[in-house]
Amino acid sequence: MGMQFGDVVFYRRVDKGIRDQFMRNAVRAAQERMRTSRLRAAEELGDWEEWRQLGEEIRRHTLEHLDFYLKQLSDRVHELGGHVFFAQTAEEATAYIRDVVQKRDAHRIVKSKSMVTEEIGLNTALEAIGCRVVETDLGEYILQVDDNDPPSHIVGPSIHKDRERIRQVFAEKLGYTGSAAPEEMTAFVRQQLRPDFLTAEVGITGCNFAVAESGTVCLVTNEGNGRLVTSLPPVHIAVMGMERIVPTWEELEVMVGLLCRSAVGQKLTSYINCLTGPRAAGEVDGPEEFHLVIIDNGRSDILGTEFQSVLQCIRCGACLNVCPVYRHIGGQAYGSIYSGPIGAVLSPLLGDEELYRELPYASSLCAACTEACPVKIPLHELLIQHRQKTAEKERQSPLGERLAMKAFGMVFESPRLYRWGTKLARTALRPWEEDGVIRQGPGPLQPWTSIRDLPSPKRETFREWFENRRKRGEQP
Amino acid sequence: MKVSLFITCLADVFYPEVGRATVELLERLGCEVDFPVAQTCCGQPAFNSGFHREAKKAARHMIETFAHADYVVAPSGSCTAMLKEYVHLFSEEDEREWQEKARALAEKGYELTQFLVEILRVEDVDATLPVKATYHRSCHMTRLLGVKDAPMKLLSNVKGLSLTELPCAHDCCGFGGTFSVKMAPISQQMADEKVSHIKETNAEVLIGADCGCLMHLDGRIRRQGKPIRVMHIAQVLQSGLEQEGR
Repeated sequence: MGMQFGDVVFYRRVDKGIRDQFMRNAVRAAQERMRTSRLRAAEELGDWEEWRQLGEEIRRHTLEHLDFYLKQLSDRVHELGGHVFFAQTAEEATAYIRDVVQKRDAHRIVKSKSMVTEEIGLNTALEAIGCRVVETDLGEYILQVDDNDPPSHIVGPSIHKDRERIRQVFAEKLGYTGSAAPEEMTAFVRQQLRPDFLTAEVGITGCNFAVAESGTVCLVTNEGNGRLVTSLPPVHIAVMGMERIVPTWEELEVMVGLLCRSAVGQKLTSYINCLTGPRAAGEVDGPEEFHLVIIDNGRSDILGTEFQSVLQCIRCGACLNVCPVYRHIGGQAYGSIYSGPIGAVLSPLLGDEELYRELPYASSLCAACTEACPVKIPLHELLIQHRQKTAEKERQSPLGERLAMKAFGMVFESPRLYRWGTKLARTALRPWEEDGVIRQGPGPLQPWTSIRDLPSPKRETFREWFENRRKRGEQP
Repeated sequence: MKVSLFITCLADVFYPEVGRATVELLERLGCEVDFPVAQTCCGQPAFNSGFHREAKKAARHMIETFAHADYVVAPSGSCTAMLKEYVHLFSEEDEREWQEKARALAEKGYELTQFLVEILRVEDVDATLPVKATYHRSCHMTRLLGVKDAPMKLLSNVKGLSLTELPCAHDCCGFGGTFSVKMAPISQQMADEKVSHIKETNAEVLIGADCGCLMHLDGRIRRQGKPIRVMHIAQVLQSGLEQEGR
């Protein structure tokens, strides 16, 4: 599918989201649940702010020495008998993976835990050479079965569907006849997936963190399917964004703790699989062949810029779970696999800047995301940075706003102009006034008054009152 | 104690009564109130829209206007947070001098309730307002400026005031400055959710400390014809005492 999806016009996607009351109820319930458990898990841990501080330091340190750790990681994987491929672009990555698959003459592929493979459109590339690719994470599986419905959340991709809708999808597409009980439906999916695990020739996963010192790929899952994908097929290909590194196991422990608590409010998840190289002599499981594909795809362009801190992201989704904008428009409105506040920062950087140019404005800058981020990415500030970039490319900014801001600069630099402006506004708006409010404002006031009343400017501004009071000698 | 007021452009033009209450309250608590007339706006609309050159113009002007002040007090958490943002706004090598001046302003800038509690050390201002109310904590005041408890301490001592906690108080009301007009449909949904929570409390009065959020919520409340009155915290703290203050 790739990183982009949906209608190209942002406002149309927003409208669609707002009209989908069903989705909004599902998202609201999920947000509330996850937010509450995250706060409880943070409280249980104690010293949450210190842990966040530590998380940020680890991520920042790693990014500042990324070249060193990438080399260390790659050397270790080689020493262990694995293959490493650095892909500059999505095309390079898919071409390499296709090559590995074709060399094994493989046609059945199982996948788990990977946003980056979505980002590079891997499934489409593999299906084009005749492979059957099965997503085995429950949320991804539901979406795949539902005619590749796009994801709407970083951690819970099918958060916009409730159990009844999922039952309908299974009934329609897979002939499921059971109830909407989660236990029954997961048991059904388990039966569906079992043959795929057993017959797959290649397993493809993402990578939550790679440990540089040991050449280990770490997968954090709740369903156990990651373990099957990495140990049953003879070939395992792990695909990671180049920034997903920690220096040693010590930092891994901190990051996994922060990830689990921030994502789902758990101390730890059910499965933390750490895979170090292919199967060695005398070992009973693990793949015969192991490939690590390290993806740049625009990331190195972010390094060293004002946006570098966005690469600290550990994809926990905590910012989505607290974002009121996300709640009302849903993840699909962002038109990118990376939705919510992190998506609004990341998508214009990794994807088509023009296509995502509205996303940084789809935020009230309430900073709930910044407050929730376990690695202290200043998300709302980065959104303002994006707006600044857009404003500076003058051609791109709407003429009206540009002129308004120019005027703003002039007026607020000059007390005389400011005073004149406020007086003018008061007089000019008089015809629209009704009981102290303006219900249908002219011109530039329309976007405000289309949904709310505007108080009419008062007869006496504060400064006039203050000066008159002084003149009257009322000031003590 | 001499206090220089920063009244904010919204309060100046749309809510002068908030400015009046602020003046009367501070004077009643023994402050000498100064209002530098050259002040305009903190520059936040430009800054948040990414127009940083224009924001700098406003910032330089505000820094100069308040250069003489001992304390700068504003009845707005959001605009006070913006005063503190100036330090980051002047980040270029050749802007050191302005950055220093910005730091000086940031150090003496206070939101009204923060000033009362932290500097004047007053938690009971002897106000009376016998109504059922709820308090909207605005995002910039709580998250960016870090002022959370001061308004609650002050409100808890207002006689007759029965305060019910607002459900989902941590959620933004959807104002967000230019967001409210640029993304009006989303802003509306956020306001409606907030108004429905306010209704749940059965409050007669909605109290807030930022004219921006209040203007947005009041506008939506009126449009929906709901019987809820909106008041700025300065007005609440001056309630029952207006006569004395004048």
